[in-house]
Amino acid sequence: MKTLLRLPGLAPLLAAAFIAAVPAAAAKDTTADTLTEKDRARVVSIGGSITEILYALGLQDRIVAVDTTSLYPPEALEENPNVGYMRALSAEGVLATEPGLIVAEPDSGPAEAIDQLKAASVPFLTVPDTPSPEGVLEKIAAVGEIMDREDDAGDLAAKVKADFAALDKETGKIDAPRKVLFILSAQGGRLLVAGKQTGADAIIRLAGGHNAVGDISGYKPISNEALIAAAPDAIVMMSRGDHSASADGILSHPAVAQTPAGKEKRLVVMDGLFLLGFGPRTPQAADALARALYPESGIAPLPERPWAAAETQ
Amino acid sequence: MTTADATLPADVRSARSGDRRARARLVVAALAVLVAVTGFLSLAVGATGFTPGTAARALMASLSGADTAGTLANVIVMEIRLPRTLLGLLVGAGLAMSGVVMQGLFRNPLADPALVGVSSGAALAAVMIIVAGGLLPSAFAVLPQPFMLPAAAFAGGLATTIALYRIATRNGRTSVATMLLAGIALGALSGALTGLAIYASDDQQLRDFTFWSLGSLAGGTLQKAVLTAPFILAALLAIPYLGDRLDGLLLGEAEAGHLGVEVQILKRVAIGLVALAVGGAVAAAGPIGFIGIVVPHLLRLVIGPRHRNLLLASALLGAALLVGADMVARTVVAPAELPIGIVTAILGAPFFLWLLLRQRALLDV
Repeated sequence: MKTLLRLPGLAPLLAAAFIAAVPAAAAKDTTADTLTEKDRARVVSIGGSITEILYALGLQDRIVAVDTTSLYPPEALEENPNVGYMRALSAEGVLATEPGLIVAEPDSGPAEAIDQLKAASVPFLTVPDTPSPEGVLEKIAAVGEIMDREDDAGDLAAKVKADFAALDKETGKIDAPRKVLFILSAQGGRLLVAGKQTGADAIIRLAGGHNAVGDISGYKPISNEALIAAAPDAIVMMSRGDHSASADGILSHPAVAQTPAGKEKRLVVMDGLFLLGFGPRTPQAADALARALYPESGIAPLPERPWAAAETQ
Repeated sequence: MTTADATLPADVRSARSGDRRARARLVVAALAVLVAVTGFLSLAVGATGFTPGTAARALMASLSGADTAGTLANVIVMEIRLPRTLLGLLVGAGLAMSGVVMQGLFRNPLADPALVGVSSGAALAAVMIIVAGGLLPSAFAVLPQPFMLPAAAFAGGLATTIALYRIATRNGRTSVATMLLAGIALGALSGALTGLAIYASDDQQLRDFTFWSLGSLAGGTLQKAVLTAPFILAALLAIPYLGDRLDGLLLGEAEAGHLGVEVQILKRVAIGLVALAVGGAVAAAGPIGFIGIVVPHLLRLVIGPRHRNLLLASALLGAALLVGADMVARTVVAPAELPIGIVTAILGAPFFLWLLLRQRALLDV
């Protein structure tokens, strides 16, 4: 009986059992070349920026379902079934939409659901997602290749590239870069801020700002003292999205009130997907952020683009 | 058998207990049918709206070895619904039966399988894998990625239980009261360390952990079901043999000893089996609450406290309830799905409150 609880000896056995049970066969990965037009006619789009690109390429009639992050254009979620949050997909739920093809951002999951989708012989393709101008162009090209619309995607990418160049020209008007703090959430007075290696950091730099907390990495809680020491000149928050950060009252937060941003009431609130999605609207987002951060620099709005025309808050 | 029965004539008494035994048998039979029906429904119902007939045909074709692999109906029934259903039956039965054992061991109808510390230890191990798993060089990863988390959760749960058992055992006697208190302390410690890991986690890891901690059968693959089965099945098959001894324990530890129950051995075996079953369940599906409390409680009201029938009936009802809850979880917001922990809590918590209120009325406290 005593042996029953002497379980450490079980560990190697368990490990062996786990390893033995893992099949050697790796799931076959589809490439864009093996897709048929029939596959491309029914696309499940997982990830807000992918949905945006599909709409920008005029391929919205191919979409049969989207995920909860597909907030733009607004009709994407109104017209299509929602398969849930991109990291908690339900294999059968996705299959129920009778997809010919699934296009997803890299961190979609869970892995088991992805494997089950592959087992159901539904082509599952991921699109690279790097928060940078090059990353946006790469993403557009990848979606174009998957959908066999390389020419249209090339046109779109060229226009977005031109927008990035125009953005560069506009942010060149900035005299002194400001220290910007991106606050992801302020639940109960605890601030979660964006350090380096985040989309927020990338968009701040695109808009001609410095990340006030560039010495930390990822999204981290910050103490009031560290926040005062970081002395941001401006605060950026999201108006909606996954984290319903309440922007009201952030300026009266005791620590924020002590910073230049708090004293000068310099708070920018923008739509989360617009700001952090790194899709075709990113130049417009960075430009809008730059205009809000540097109202005195005379930064002009970028030319109107049809894929950036829908109302966002 | 209530004390009031003792004053009744013997023939009435035996008729009563006979009634109760007959009723228990009837309930067990009815529950067995319920499990079969729920199990089949679970294969036939889902986000994909094909008819139960199609599901039945896909199942038959696969079982008879016909070459239907790869057809959509076949994949959905055999690779998505069947593993989930099997896992749900196992986990539900394991949790409910473990609940009965814990309540018998602690002589408290509100004891929960999580009291042996399995869940808090498993949660700590899970969050550590989620947060630090990416940091481990692949040479260190003993197991392929998908199995790291369940294996760690299982090991973490078992380690916590062993620690608890050691703390509560002195001079060869285990004090359940000490175990309860030490469990609270270890739970708080695990919770703090889990909090520390959450603090160090990034946004995505935090979400992964949140989803894990809500429980889900969504990761149910045939492999996972096969790997989990030995642990839970071992417990399910062994625990019923403890039934009569647990009956004796209801009278008190000393009294059970006079009846010839080896109390210390019983405790050790019972705790070990519960840790196996709950550890396996948590590893496969995350922590799922309420099944372990609500099911035994409800059945005690219907068929009485005798363990032999109670264990069997609880396993059956637990299995049926969890599979039913999973059906709700994966159809109510289709094509998305809810974590099952949310469903069991939404259904379980109000029901549990009702039970408590009803009991208060009975006891007139």
